[in-house]
Amino acid sequence: MCLAIPAKVLRVKDGIAEVDFGRGVSREVNIMLVDVKVGDYVLVHAGYAIQVIDEKEAKETLRLWNKILEEELP
Amino acid sequence: MTADLRFRDPKLAERLRSKIARLAQKKETIKICHVCGTHEWTITHYGLRELLPENVEVIAGPGCPVCIVPASEIDEAIELTLNGVTITCFGDVFRVPGSTRSLLDAKAEGADVKVVYSVSDAVRLAKKEPEKDYVFFAVGFETTAPSTAVEVLMNPPKNLSFLISHRLIPPAMKLLVEMEELNLNGFIAPGHVSTIIGLKPYEIFPSEYHMPTVVAGFEPLDVLFAVYMILKQISEGKARLENEYTRAVRWEGNVKAQRVMHRVFDVVDGRWRGLGSIESSKFILKEKYSIFDAHLKYDLKIEGGVDLRPGCRCHLVIIGKIKPTECPLFMKACTPRKPVGACMVSSEGTCRIWARSMSS
Ligand code: SF4
Repeated sequence: MCLAIPAKVLRVKDGIAEVDFGRGVSREVNIMLVDVKVGDYVLVHAGYAIQVIDEKEAKETLRLWNKILEEELP
Repeated sequence: MTADLRFRDPKLAERLRSKIARLAQKKETIKICHVCGTHEWTITHYGLRELLPENVEVIAGPGCPVCIVPASEIDEAIELTLNGVTITCFGDVFRVPGSTRSLLDAKAEGADVKVVYSVSDAVRLAKKEPEKDYVFFAVGFETTAPSTAVEVLMNPPKNLSFLISHRLIPPAMKLLVEMEELNLNGFIAPGHVSTIIGLKPYEIFPSEYHMPTVVAGFEPLDVLFAVYMILKQISEGKARLENEYTRAVRWEGNVKAQRVMHRVFDVVDGRWRGLGSIESSKFILKEKYSIFDAHLKYDLKIEGGVDLRPGCRCHLVIIGKIKPTECPLFMKACTPRKPVGACMVSSEGTCRIWARSMSS
């Protein structure tokens, strides 16, 4: 129940956004809890966007993972 | 971007596995506890436990918000239907047993129970039928509570009230860390709860209990990385609070959501199924919003309630003290088709997740 699914914001109007979950599945979600714009990725939980996903951080995570793994153990 | 397969890269996983093995070498048993049904799903579904060295154990804490709703609160929802109220609830809580039956059983006997995907669906239904009394059964941790709070603030229709069952995760983690018999060595903190509450509420775990604590995401590599980060802290002898899930969790959390929750809810002690009362772990509506409180509107107060059916070990599964396979009823008298305990009902319940992975 704490599952939250990432989706891309397609349209925004009056506290509601149409989002795309991928594979052609889109639906309306409430965006009162976040500040979003078209093109952002959000985490959607029970019909509400609960956070904006930071694309830069997502790339950074992958970069860091690779870096840590290349390091030798102390 | 979000379905980036590199977050599941098997080559990375293999390299991470050997790093973990080296860090765990020559150490006593290390017990890491997560508190999220979705983490349990990732761990079981991707077989992560098999990737870990024998002395590193990952156990599931009370991370299923539906499993920990006490029977008395299900009984209250059923009681309301007997008074002609229509209950709206999430699908997960629909089948959870109360003292004698579930909302599903009540529906089969004629009660008006509607499963909704979102609290806003409950609002929409109530608006459509203003002559009927509606109650939204608000279950869930901090991930879900803000959506309930938003609807309360939006001036819901007069025929809708709320049966608030929201619970808070950090107080339950405190209970676990204080249970000496559990012997925990680290926490994987729940990613989606943390998108809302941020990192600050976990600070006490490293600072007061010397417990390495890492907020993690839900890809298999997220979880393996969290284990690696915890082991690294243990090796260095320094407990810290770290964030592995930076793409969704900011240090301060979702401030807007926190504000909304604080405007609408007060925090009180709350009972958790099988765990008893946990200090400051439950939300109730503030007095200002008492007209939307189903307890007051219908003079509802059910105490006691049967949390555990005979033989059910949910209270031990919920704190990770035993594995589902150690319950004598698991996959015998208790199956996903005929669940005995709450942990076998919800898709986030540990018994249900284990049962499903065994049959797939
Ligand atoms: S297997 Fe069934 S009876 Fe046993 S602990 Fe799990 S839910 Fe309870």
